[in-house]
Amino acid sequence: MASTVRTPHPREKRIIFRNIDRPGWTNDIDCYFRDGGYAELKKAFTMKPEQIVNEVKASGLRGRGGAGFPCGVKWGFIKPGGPKPVYLICNADESEPGTFKDRYIIHQDPHQLLEGTVISCYAVNARLAYIYIRGEFPLGAKILERALAEARQHGFLGKNILGSGFDCEIYVHRGAGAYICGEETGLIESMEGKRPYPRIKPPYFPAVLGLYMCPTIVNNVETLCNVKHIVRMGGAEYAKMGKPNNTGTRLLCVSGDVQKPGYYEFEVGGITLGELIYDICGGLRPGRKLRAVIPGGSSAKVLSVADRYKIKSRQPDGSMLEKEMGLEEVPIDFDTLAAAGSMAGSGGIIVMDDSRDMVWALNNINEFYAHESCGQCTPCREGSLWMKKITERMVHGGGTKQDTDTLKSVADNIAGRTICAFGEACAWPTQSFVAKFRDDFVAKSAGKENGNGLR
Amino acid sequence: MEIPAELESQIDEVITHYPVSKRSASLPLLHLFQEYFGRIEDEAIEWVARKLELEPINVLELVTFYPMFRREPLGKHHIRVCRTLSCAMAGGYQLLDTFCKHANIVREQSGHGDHLLKSTDGKYSIEFVECLASCGFGPVCMIDDDFFEAVAQEEVPQLLEKYQ
Ligand SMILES: Cc1cc2nc3c(=O)[nH]c(=O)nc-3n(C[C@H](O)[C@H](O)[C@H](O)COP(=O)(O)O)c2cc1C
Ligand code: SF4
Ligand code: FES
Repeated sequence: MASTVRTPHPREKRIIFRNIDRPGWTNDIDCYFRDGGYAELKKAFTMKPEQIVNEVKASGLRGRGGAGFPCGVKWGFIKPGGPKPVYLICNADESEPGTFKDRYIIHQDPHQLLEGTVISCYAVNARLAYIYIRGEFPLGAKILERALAEARQHGFLGKNILGSGFDCEIYVHRGAGAYICGEETGLIESMEGKRPYPRIKPPYFPAVLGLYMCPTIVNNVETLCNVKHIVRMGGAEYAKMGKPNNTGTRLLCVSGDVQKPGYYEFEVGGITLGELIYDICGGLRPGRKLRAVIPGGSSAKVLSVADRYKIKSRQPDGSMLEKEMGLEEVPIDFDTLAAAGSMAGSGGIIVMDDSRDMVWALNNINEFYAHESCGQCTPCREGSLWMKKITERMVHGGGTKQDTDTLKSVADNIAGRTICAFGEACAWPTQSFVAKFRDDFVAKSAGKENGNGLR
Repeated sequence: MEIPAELESQIDEVITHYPVSKRSASLPLLHLFQEYFGRIEDEAIEWVARKLELEPINVLELVTFYPMFRREPLGKHHIRVCRTLSCAMAGGYQLLDTFCKHANIVREQSGHGDHLLKSTDGKYSIEFVECLASCGFGPVCMIDDDFFEAVAQEEVPQLLEKYQ
């Protein structure tokens, strides 16, 4: 089994991952103290909660869990002095295929997460918070429990934290193997001790009707860690990293057909897909050419190297400029990837070379969604299974002439017709794979004239 | 059902984490039962329901939904192999086959929905799981609570050796 010490690439800008694989670094509180740990929490208590919310707004921080929603705007939905208690939940479910970043923060730098979480609780006046960690991270849960105990001992949790008058308790809550618990309303149902059936929005926006029908902030692990650095640097300074509307740094998780897969941290938009693949990740395997990239976790639409991308971007003077580019020239940021027809999502970048069978790849993804649909909505429950059945028979040579179109029509009938965004998450791969690699699918649909090939 | 004092005190402690609603403690309690007894039996469901002032169905529906809870006993050691795309590209399916071969598990079919695959001596059980969040270092697997990345097929025998 490969060694686990990985040195950062010189081009990286490590802020959130500063301590990951750092020589001599351990995950206990004493090590964290030696590095100035919990100084930002102390600083936060010299500020008013509204000031922190304003700094986060000024920072432009967008959520790192998948949707990229502006964190400060979300926090702004919580009105100070409301009649109900406010809760905060850290989403540590990390289960979007292709994503492996929160894992390292939890295992190697848990106090960074706790510090960011307590500051965030103070900012939105949440006195009770939970870290919802996926069940498959048993060691991560133990590490967080220990870190919480250490923080409690030092008075960073509990009553009247550091004499601020602010009380806050955080507990770890373990999931049990269901991807849908990463969806924030499913997560909340799960926290309430129920099946994680997502709630419909409106009216169930967590910030309005969340945990126990109280205002609740759900943020990703990486997002909450960023808050600590925003308090340290100030929102305006933080916003200088990256580019307008795409600020800060981003953890990128690269997997698939590159020589050096792994996790990296760059300023948002500071690197293109080509630079990431060739300069940072050592390029493809010998003799292989790039074929496709899934840029933001398996739910993000696949991008093909054969396409040209017309990207409109706002210039410093406010005007819009359209530029045409190839896949390798696309910078990795929220707005550009959205303009390219996909999304930055969770930061999970899956690279595929020209040896890959696109029907096989989609079938693997379809099996994931078919297994993980919670089953509440008919289009998602049935559709995800049908998509899997169709690609499966295509892979095994039992495809029918109509299969490519049937596949697309099933996907088209899921997206936009479901309770939660899982509907889109499972439809987008099929829609995009079929659109970008239609010939591959048609070739595999040729097996049978009609439905006799059904397995 | 006989609940050892040590387990009951863990249960009582964990319930205090949920001052607003005891029902929120269902998942943690099921985890504690599964860790202690290796599976969730009918009596456990009834016990948890009584403890949290719920109907047994409220607990049963969790056990049947969440993949990590088991009604049937697992092998002495339980192997989870990641099935999802990045690991599959790195040889996840072959890894599951290799484990089966060396652990004397008859592999009938791949994928989900099959009954749990177990070795004849009950020492190992194995299943595919979805993305374990280490996709850059596939194929990955877990044996019990331990996690392994970039597992080469040749390493399987020595890995199994450690879990007797
Ligand atoms: C099907 C589905 C799965 C999701 N899984 C995760 C996850 O594993 N981790 C996560 O942080 N967010 C996940 N999200 C996004 C959350 O719903 C939510 O937007 C996010 O936790 C908000 O945090 P952020 O604003 O800090 O990104 C998922 C969303 C969907 C629709
Ligand atoms: S879209 Fe799918 S996962 Fe989401 S609520 Fe509906 S059935 Fe469940
Ligand atoms: S695909 Fe196997 S760990 Fe993510």
